[in-house]
Amino acid sequence: MSNINRYLCLFIFTPLFSLAQNKISGKVTDTKKRPLPGVNIAVKGSYDGATTAADGSFSFTTTATGDQLLSATLTNYQTLELKINTAAGEQLNIVLKNAVNALRVVTISAGSFEASDDKKGTVLKPLDIVTTAGAGADIANAIKTLPGAQQTNDREGLFVRGGTGYETQTLIDGMLVRNPFYSSLPDIPGRGRFSPFLFKGTTFSSGGYSAQYGQGLSSALILESIDLPERSSSSVGVSVIGVSAGLDNLSKDKKTSYGIETDYTNLSPYFNIVKPKNSPNLGPEIIGTSVNFRRKTSRTGMLKFYGYGNWTKMGFNSNSLEYPGYTESFKLHNNNVYTNLTYRENIGHDWHLYIGASFSSNTDNIDADTLLKNPAPSLIKVRSDLSQTRVMFYKNLGRFSVLRLGGEYQYAEERSAFNENKANFTDNYTAAFAEGDIYFTPSFVGRVGGRAEYSSVLGEMNFAPRVSLAYKMNNFSQFSVAYGDYYQKPEPQYIRFSRNLGYMKATHYILSYQRVAMDYTFRTEIFYKKYTDLVKTTPAYNNNGSGYAQGIELFWRDRKTFKNVDYWVSYSYLDTKRDYLNYPFRVQPDFAANHTASIVYKHFLPKLSTNLGLTYSFATGRPYYNPNQPTDKFMSDRTMTYNSVGVSASYLTSIRKAFTIFVLSVSNVLGNKQVFGYHYSTDGMRRDEVVPNVPRFIYLGMFMNFGIDRRQDVINNL
Amino acid sequence: MKRFFLAFLFTGSLATAMAQSAQYTDAMTKQTSELDSSGTFTADGLQQKANTFERIADAEKSQWLPYYYAAYAQVMQALILQDKSQIDPLADRAEGNLDKAEALSPKNSEIACIRSLIATARLTVDPMTRGMKYGPEAAALLEQAAEFNPENPRIYMLRGQSLLFTPEQWGGSKSKAKTTLELALQKFAAFKPESSIAPHWGEPYTRKLLEQSQK
Repeated sequence: MSNINRYLCLFIFTPLFSLAQNKISGKVTDTKKRPLPGVNIAVKGSYDGATTAADGSFSFTTTATGDQLLSATLTNYQTLELKINTAAGEQLNIVLKNAVNALRVVTISAGSFEASDDKKGTVLKPLDIVTTAGAGADIANAIKTLPGAQQTNDREGLFVRGGTGYETQTLIDGMLVRNPFYSSLPDIPGRGRFSPFLFKGTTFSSGGYSAQYGQGLSSALILESIDLPERSSSSVGVSVIGVSAGLDNLSKDKKTSYGIETDYTNLSPYFNIVKPKNSPNLGPEIIGTSVNFRRKTSRTGMLKFYGYGNWTKMGFNSNSLEYPGYTESFKLHNNNVYTNLTYRENIGHDWHLYIGASFSSNTDNIDADTLLKNPAPSLIKVRSDLSQTRVMFYKNLGRFSVLRLGGEYQYAEERSAFNENKANFTDNYTAAFAEGDIYFTPSFVGRVGGRAEYSSVLGEMNFAPRVSLAYKMNNFSQFSVAYGDYYQKPEPQYIRFSRNLGYMKATHYILSYQRVAMDYTFRTEIFYKKYTDLVKTTPAYNNNGSGYAQGIELFWRDRKTFKNVDYWVSYSYLDTKRDYLNYPFRVQPDFAANHTASIVYKHFLPKLSTNLGLTYSFATGRPYYNPNQPTDKFMSDRTMTYNSVGVSASYLTSIRKAFTIFVLSVSNVLGNKQVFGYHYSTDGMRRDEVVPNVPRFIYLGMFMNFGIDRRQDVINNL
Repeated sequence: MKRFFLAFLFTGSLATAMAQSAQYTDAMTKQTSELDSSGTFTADGLQQKANTFERIADAEKSQWLPYYYAAYAQVMQALILQDKSQIDPLADRAEGNLDKAEALSPKNSEIACIRSLIATARLTVDPMTRGMKYGPEAAALLEQAAEFNPENPRIYMLRGQSLLFTPEQWGGSKSKAKTTLELALQKFAAFKPESSIAPHWGEPYTRKLLEQSQK
């Protein structure tokens, strides 16, 4: 019976114990003693707790007794648990530490503009790249509104920080693209071949880029293709220059997709009306098609294939400089094929594997009678094939650090023929790289790497060390520095005629500061770049050229100040001189302007459902060669300053079930005269301005999409 | 005597179990009814509620409802916040709670509805660039919610809301919003929550939306 009594006592008194109320109170601050409101204070295992007030204080009563665990939780802070005695009744002082999250972790930023949705706090989003009036949905044209890039609109490619267009490499999913631009006619630059909508991320590096990539002295344009589309859809488009149609199909399980797109462009009806400076004698006509296949092979595995084929023909008559009154003809047939296959997978133990293979082939058949009529018109045939494979392993070390190891092999066949004269060569290029992103603290990172390359046609090996450091001072601001050596093979047209050439070399030094907040971005960079071993063509082909480039760049973007308005301003100052090709000594080259600026303005009118865009670009005059000047005044003349205003408007609506958009865009709307340089006749008596073939281009189009709403894409295309 | 003792022991332990469940039901009833009152619908009020539900959730660990309500309070807080930089962290936290809720109650139509709201909240951070991704995602999640339980009235309320606030050129429509919201009200009338603490919110809000769609 005594036993039972004891049990009874227990049952009777237990509830009494739990009715005892203990008061718990205190204050929560951060490490800098600032009060933290909204902290969830809880006695573990019970409902008891409180939320801290604006001054960080809290107070509540609990029925829990004795020693208990108290937890304090707040987003962006590390959860703290502490042992308390509920009966002690003391005032608790709790200090929470910042949690390390992606927003607070520093990333390497010197020299690069990244447009990505994946990462927070990037300067640009992928769509920003293409929502730029006057860019005409061309990635390179949009990038020209960023600091570092020149307004070099008479030849294709990105001319970055005193570098030529050849010094910028384009990479898709890590694989080199040998011909990223359409073949160009003299003074008429080719557009980029690839639609901006293929890519989820774009990184424009104006210097100091990673050891993963090589063979670009100045810059890298790193494009990352999208994985799977959100939904199946189909689209058609009609415009003043052509038609297009596409189909994207996503499987039911959302793991596989395929797509096909095709377009036909014919500019001759348009040119019949606007009458360009040089009248067309062939086309211009372009047939393009692309296919893609993507498959999520596992939770972490992704296989992607992209294939592209394009057939272009175009030709123009121009007035002969040598023989006034005569016309000269230049005709081009181009075939281009590009394929890219990549596979990524997590292979366990924090190791990841990336494999890529690509093949491209480009053929230009040029038929020109620009030289003397006698003996015969010149027929030029250039074909370049490139096959490449690339393997990379990367391993996460700790929370943020990464180690990357990889190698690549390229086989290039360069064939060319001028009438009956042939000059062919092949190159076996091998490269290996290793690179580590080492986080000393979450706000201080160093990237150290190196790249070794061997090219069989040059018979030479190189080793390029690269180092960057970045330090984040607070959530918004960071400093970065970068240093690196960059090597590149001379252009095929020089290797063709001389096998004694070696690598060209550039060394980059960059200091950058950026402040990136939700609605605005400020960025500035100072750089110095030293060129050595540039190709000279006189007296014989050699690597004795050299040069330098230095400057300062500013970028400001604001999406907050004006409602429905997003604008950015960029400015670049460039001081560069080089001695290369046939230059007699170091001068500012003809593709470089000292001052370049752009303003990009976008305004959305929700009531009219219309987007308006305006882009203004400015550049000071560029040097040009005037044969009438004495040698010591080589390249001392300057062209007029460059001004260009592009506008676009797009109206969104629905026609039956299809989302439809009407687009109007006008380049150089004010009709500013733009002169990029001059051509002189051999005797120096006559000259011809290098101007855009059409001073102002008016584009009108309509796009319909069935299924997924892609109108935003089209607006962004302007 | 022994038998009496054993019987007593059983009754006792049963009573404790009942008491605990009563504590849960009482706390949840109190908290959910406060959630219905308009006074709670301030950023601070919702944060307090979210914290309270998280405390209950962590103490219980086997109930999906407290996780669900914590996420609900967090996404509502995200939707009324002026400071857009706070939306993503809140949405992350709400998603964390929903992951736990879903582990306890898979294929739950109510949870899918909150996920759709989270996508909408993320969209509002930057509609111009995020619309492409989160607009279709919010809609797809509602489709999923309808797959799990087509009788859930909140699906039609959220669809109606989206139709009402999307510009016509983007596929919105006042008349379609009106029919969808009327359907939502029918579903509300027919809807029987599983218990007094099961999700039952949204009817008065639907009426408000319906008024707006008739203007």
